[in-house]
Amino acid sequence: MSATTPERAGVTIEAMEGSQPVRLVPNYWPFVVPALVVVGAVIVFPWAFTLWMSVNSWTLGQSRSFAGMENYLRLAGDPRFWESLWHTLTYTFLSVVAPMFFGTLAALIFDARFPLRGLLRAVFVMPMMATPVAVALVWTMMFHPQLGVLNYLLSTVGIPAQEWIFNANTVIPSLVAVETWQWTPLVMLIVLGGLASVPREPFESAEIDGANAWQQFRYLTLPMIAPFLMIAVIIRSIDALKSFDIIYAMTQGGPGTASETINIYLYNTAFSYYDIGYGSAMAVVFFAVIVALSFILLMLRQRSQWIDQEGK
Amino acid sequence: MSSRLLNRMGLLFAALVLVSPAILFFLWMISLSLKFEIDNGAYPPILIPEHFAWSNYAKVFDENNFLLYFWNSVLVTGTATLLALLIGVPAGYGIARLKAERSAVVIMIARMTPGLSYLIPLFLLFQWIGILGTLWPQIIIHLVVTVPIVVWVMIGYFETTPMELEEAANIDGASAWQVFRLVALPIAKPGIVVAFILSIIFSWNNFVFGVVLASRETRTLPVAVYNMLSYEQVSWGPLAAAALVVTLPVLVLTLFAQRQIVAGLTAGAVKGG
Repeated sequence: MSATTPERAGVTIEAMEGSQPVRLVPNYWPFVVPALVVVGAVIVFPWAFTLWMSVNSWTLGQSRSFAGMENYLRLAGDPRFWESLWHTLTYTFLSVVAPMFFGTLAALIFDARFPLRGLLRAVFVMPMMATPVAVALVWTMMFHPQLGVLNYLLSTVGIPAQEWIFNANTVIPSLVAVETWQWTPLVMLIVLGGLASVPREPFESAEIDGANAWQQFRYLTLPMIAPFLMIAVIIRSIDALKSFDIIYAMTQGGPGTASETINIYLYNTAFSYYDIGYGSAMAVVFFAVIVALSFILLMLRQRSQWIDQEGK
Repeated sequence: MSSRLLNRMGLLFAALVLVSPAILFFLWMISLSLKFEIDNGAYPPILIPEHFAWSNYAKVFDENNFLLYFWNSVLVTGTATLLALLIGVPAGYGIARLKAERSAVVIMIARMTPGLSYLIPLFLLFQWIGILGTLWPQIIIHLVVTVPIVVWVMIGYFETTPMELEEAANIDGASAWQVFRLVALPIAKPGIVVAFILSIIFSWNNFVFGVVLASRETRTLPVAVYNMLSYEQVSWGPLAAAALVVTLPVLVLTLFAQRQIVAGLTAGAVKGG
C-alpha cells in the first residue's frame, strides 16, 4: 500500500497514482490500542474463564472437578431453564413491539412543528435517563393491589382491581409496561434521527398527485425510515434480552418463578447458589442466544437496506 | 390559517397524551416522597397532602448512610468516566481515521454481552486478588459501560470533523500525537461533553455490578436504595424519597444538557447498529 519513511516514526507516505499529491497518513493505531487492551482484558479474560468453568463442576466453597459437557446436558434437561428461556423470549418480544409502536408514533409527532415541542420532548426523554432501580421501586408502589394508584385509576373507569406483578398471569405484561415506559424514548430518538434524514421533495410531488396522509406515510415515510426502524429493533432486542434491573428489583423472578428470565436464573445460580460451573454454562448459552438473535436481525436489516436501494 | 392552527393544537394534544405517563409518574414519585404514612395509605389516594413530610428526606440521610453511598457513587462513576475519556477519546479518533470497522465491532460486542457473564469471572478474580472490599472492582467493571459509550460517541463525532486542518498539520511535520492534541482535540470539545454526560448517566444508573461486587461499605446509590427495600419494613415515604435522591442528579443533568444528549444518543444509537 505505501512506503514507510524510517526518519519519522509513525508516519507513512502514501503515493497515489496520477496527479494526486503525496499524502501523509499518520499511524493511528497507537490511539486505538489502549482501548482495545482494556476492552479485550475485560472481555477476553472473563470469556476464557467462563468457557473453562462451564466444563467444570464447581460450587464455591467446594472442590472443583472437570465435568466435560455435563453442565450443558443438565441445562438441556432443566425445566426451569426452558421455562426461563420462554419467559425471556416473551418478555423480549413484547418489550420490542410495544416501544416500537409508541416510539415511532412519538417520533412522527415530535418531527412536526407545534408549541412547546422542545420542552415536551425533553420530558419525554426523561424516563430513559432515570435510574432503573428507582423507577422500579416507585412502580412497585403504584402496582400495589390495595393501596396502589393504578388500581384506583382503573376503578374510576369501572375496571376491576388487578394484581399486576403479584399474579403469575399478569406479572410479565406488567413488567413489560415498565420496560416500555422507560425505553420508548430511545426508539423515538432513533426514529426521529431517521425522519430528519428524509428528503422533502417526494412528499411535495405526492401531495400534488393527491396522496393522502396515510398513503404518504405507508409508501414514502415508512420505506425511507425502514433502516432506522431495524436499528431500533436490534438495539431494543439486545437490551430487552439483557434486562435485569427492573425485573430483579420488582419481582426477583417471582411470584414463584413466573417472571424468571435467563438473566435472573443465571444470577440466582451464580450468586445465590454459588454454582459457578452451571452458571457459566448458562452464561455461554445465553450469550449464544443473544448473538443468534442479533445475527438474524442484522440479516433482516441487510435485506431491508437492499429493498430500500431497489426502491430508489 | 385556522385549519393550520387546529392542526398544531391537535399535535400538541397528541404530544401531551404521549408525555403524560412520564409526567404522571414523576409527579406521583414526588408526591409519594412528600407524604406521611397516613397519607400514603389513604384510599382514594391523595396527590397533594395537607402537610408535607420533608422529614422523609432527612430520614434517608440520617438512617441509611446515604452520604457515604452518594460519595461512593460519585467516586465510581467519576473515576470510571475519566478513565474512559482518557482511553476512549483517542480510540474514537483512531478508529474514525482508520475507518477500522473491526475495532468498532469489538467495542460493540461489549455492549451485547450480558453484564452477568463478566461478573462471575471478575468476581472470583477480585476475590482472589483481595480487592473485593474496595471500590476498585466496581470502577474497573464500570469501564465495560463507560468505554464503549465514549468510543462510540467519539467515532461518530470525529467522522464529522473536517480533515483539512489535520492534513495541513501533517504536511507541516507535526506528529500524529501533536495533530491529535493540538488540532483534533480542541474542535472535538462538544463531542467530548456528550460522551462525558452519557457515560456519567449510564454508569450512575448501573445496578447489577454493584449488587454483586459491593460490600456494606462500598455500596453505590442504586444498591443502597434497593437494600432499603429488602431490609426495612417498607414505609413508602422514605423509600420514594430515597429513589428520588438517587435519580435526581441524572434527571437534572438530562434537563440541562437535553440538546447534547439527544444529539449524542441519536448519532450513537444509529451508529450502534
